Amino acid sequence: MIVVDFVVYLFTVLPDLLPIILGLATPLALGALCGVINERAGVVNIGIEGIMLWSAFNGYLAGFALHDTIGAGPSLALGIATAVLTGAVLGLLHAWLTVTVRADQIIAGTMMNIAAFGITGYLNRLIITPSGRGGAGVLGVLHLPPEVIGLPAVGPIIRMFFEQGPIAMSVVFFVIAIQLLLFRSRWGLRTRAVGEHPKAADTLGIDVFKQRYLNVVLGCAFAGLAGAYLTLESTGSFQNGMTGGRGFIALAAMIFGRWTPVGAFLGALMFGTATALGVVVNIRVPEGDLGQILKSIPTFWYAALPYLVTIVILAGVVGRSIPPAADGVPYEKEGRA
Amino acid sequence: MNERPPALEMRGITKRFPGVLANDDITFDVRAGEIHALLGENGAGKTTLMNILYGLVSPDTGEVLVDGTPVTIRDPSNAIAQGIGMVHQHFMLVPVLTVAENVILGQELLRGPFLDLPQAARRIRELATQLGFDVDPDVRIEQLPVGQQQRVEILKAIYRGARILVLDEPTAVLTPQETVEVFTVLRRLQADGAAIVFISHKLEEVLAIADRITVIRRGKVVGTRRPSETSDVDLAVMMVGREVLLRVDRGKSHPGDVVLKTEGLRVKDDRGHEAVRGVDLEVRAGEILGIAGVAGNGQDELVDALVGLRRPAGGKVLLGGAEITGAPTRRIRDLGVAHVPGDRQRFGLVLPYPVEDNLVLTSFDEPPFATGPLNLLRNDAAIDEWSERLIKEFDIRTPSRDVRAATLSGGNQQKIIVAREFRGANRLVILDQPTRGLDVGSIEFIHRRAIEKRDAGTAILLTSADLDEVLELSDRIAVMFRGHIVAIFDAAVAERDRIGLLMAKGGAAAA
Repeated sequence: MIVVDFVVYLFTVLPDLLPIILGLATPLALGALCGVINERAGVVNIGIEGIMLWSAFNGYLAGFALHDTIGAGPSLALGIATAVLTGAVLGLLHAWLTVTVRADQIIAGTMMNIAAFGITGYLNRLIITPSGRGGAGVLGVLHLPPEVIGLPAVGPIIRMFFEQGPIAMSVVFFVIAIQLLLFRSRWGLRTRAVGEHPKAADTLGIDVFKQRYLNVVLGCAFAGLAGAYLTLESTGSFQNGMTGGRGFIALAAMIFGRWTPVGAFLGALMFGTATALGVVVNIRVPEGDLGQILKSIPTFWYAALPYLVTIVILAGVVGRSIPPAADGVPYEKEGRA
Repeated sequence: MNERPPALEMRGITKRFPGVLANDDITFDVRAGEIHALLGENGAGKTTLMNILYGLVSPDTGEVLVDGTPVTIRDPSNAIAQGIGMVHQHFMLVPVLTVAENVILGQELLRGPFLDLPQAARRIRELATQLGFDVDPDVRIEQLPVGQQQRVEILKAIYRGARILVLDEPTAVLTPQETVEVFTVLRRLQADGAAIVFISHKLEEVLAIADRITVIRRGKVVGTRRPSETSDVDLAVMMVGREVLLRVDRGKSHPGDVVLKTEGLRVKDDRGHEAVRGVDLEVRAGEILGIAGVAGNGQDELVDALVGLRRPAGGKVLLGGAEITGAPTRRIRDLGVAHVPGDRQRFGLVLPYPVEDNLVLTSFDEPPFATGPLNLLRNDAAIDEWSERLIKEFDIRTPSRDVRAATLSGGNQQKIIVAREFRGANRLVILDQPTRGLDVGSIEFIHRRAIEKRDAGTAILLTSADLDEVLELSDRIAVMFRGHIVAIFDAAVAERDRIGLLMAKGGAAAA
């Protein structure tokens, strides 16, 4: 009975939640794309969290600094560009550490996370807080005519994908594009070869190092875009540590999606749904027994929902996922045969 | 007579690695339409020479000429551009990619921004037909048997326009039938005018396929022969530098009581599929039972179940009449079962440990190696003495007993394991691929030891992907196919071809 009530409740709130879910899923999906592009080429990147945070800060800083001189629109565009570039540059650092120097990939990523947290926190206090000025503004959301929103069945779906700011709207495009490229293009074939059996690729004249550099930098640019979403599209401000573990949840989404862009996107949507539900049950409390039960659960459990889902997924409830065979293994040309 | 320069010539190649002179002034050539075999023991420098040719290793001195013109080969793409193709000993195929994806990798056929896989598939089918075989371009490599994987490797080279084809130990992993098939492909390529370098340490094969044979020992060319003017004994002496017994005299076995018995044993592999499907076996004291089979037909899982590394899904394992099904490895060992694992580097040794520690890996916690209260202390003196003795007795060539096992050659690593496992009173010894990748000298040594062990009354279970080894050592031969024992032969009446066929196709085809 309670279960039926709950399902009914889900269907009543879900149409309104859909746009929020995609918004919540956006940084996760972009982060997961970063993970897929990196790990498919054989480089583990647990520094996505840090890259996202640092890019969020730099993007915000650019938008904020130029807001008064060049106006809201151009400054936001510049902010996005700055964030993406920050991601790419940090990706270059990660690639250098993991591909050239062959440092431990987990430690390189951890270093990135710690450094990003500390440096952005420091600079935030040094530059942004003392200025006492307002934010950089927020990227606008596309407003759809009521007739479209009102369409039965498809209305909520259209809202989900199009009543969004530019970054959230672009996610679906990126996911489909990377999915196609990964499995149908030369770049994708080489990426998968380098991540599975780099030596085989090497004997065919493919430059394993170059391919890995390219993928780490490209992937991290997506993490940078995720950062831009947080400060320039979602909140319009920067707070210390505002990524709040999204970089790690993105990795869980990547694993859930078995290292495919579309799968990772579905994983991100699932986490987005968990987060959105955790919020909505406290705002739109259902009637009757169900409401009583849901209300009796302490709110922090709802806040913890996406993290709990992460743990369940990483514990392998969704079935064992097999990463690319050379994932996390530095490639070394052998000197002696 | 021969106006045209050789398709490939390597002149005065020298390559020094720290502490080793891998290639010492090697000169070697191969002509179009010729198969030239490079014969030598492991570590003789064959693979180094070919890696130099393929741009994977750069030589200290010497030059490479293609069609009489000196060329510089810095990396594999230079080699490919010169028409050199290489089939590596360990296949350079990406298991999760399809045949077509593997073949075009690096030289992709494109239509717009995307791969043109249908056209690639057509090209591959065409080339395969020309070479006289059939392959499905859309199947993933991991789904193919090794013999077919190798043909894909050859296809890869031909697709890139290779006129000079190097094959490094191409038959190491093949069944006799697959070997014959590869030879057919090679002869066809030869007839089309390809220059082929065939690297091997197997004497009969080299004699069967090559037009010329060049023997390399310790980085130097010992000599070049034509098959018609040499013999296997002659070549073995050139290769090893001393007389070698190519076949260890097995003598007669005197089987005693049944030591190991399995009844309807079923074992699952890592993915949960049943890999061993109801196996009944008996091994008696004083006999060697060999299991012949293409790798991956359940041998690994069978051995794992016997030594306690994998819990059987059904059936029984009996040792001397007592049930040990699913017993812990330690208990099985204590009952007198020794195990020489198939993957020596992963399971047989702790590579970063010194030789002496590896020699006591199974007994370090018992006196005399352990001492003091609760056997908590290490008795260095006893371990030193013991390892010195084993190193001498088993001829383990190591600078000292405290160098890391990782630094020794494969043959000497295997001798450490054999020394450890053969020393002591065993009832059953399980030899899993005991000589895989070893050279004739080491093989002879290990085979001799195994027969001595048998004659001392130990039951021996041998598995090997190398049919010749099974034929040579075993008193009885069981053929394993897709998890079943499809036949058991007495060695005296076993026919090589029939066993080969059973290995490849199971019972149905051979009946």
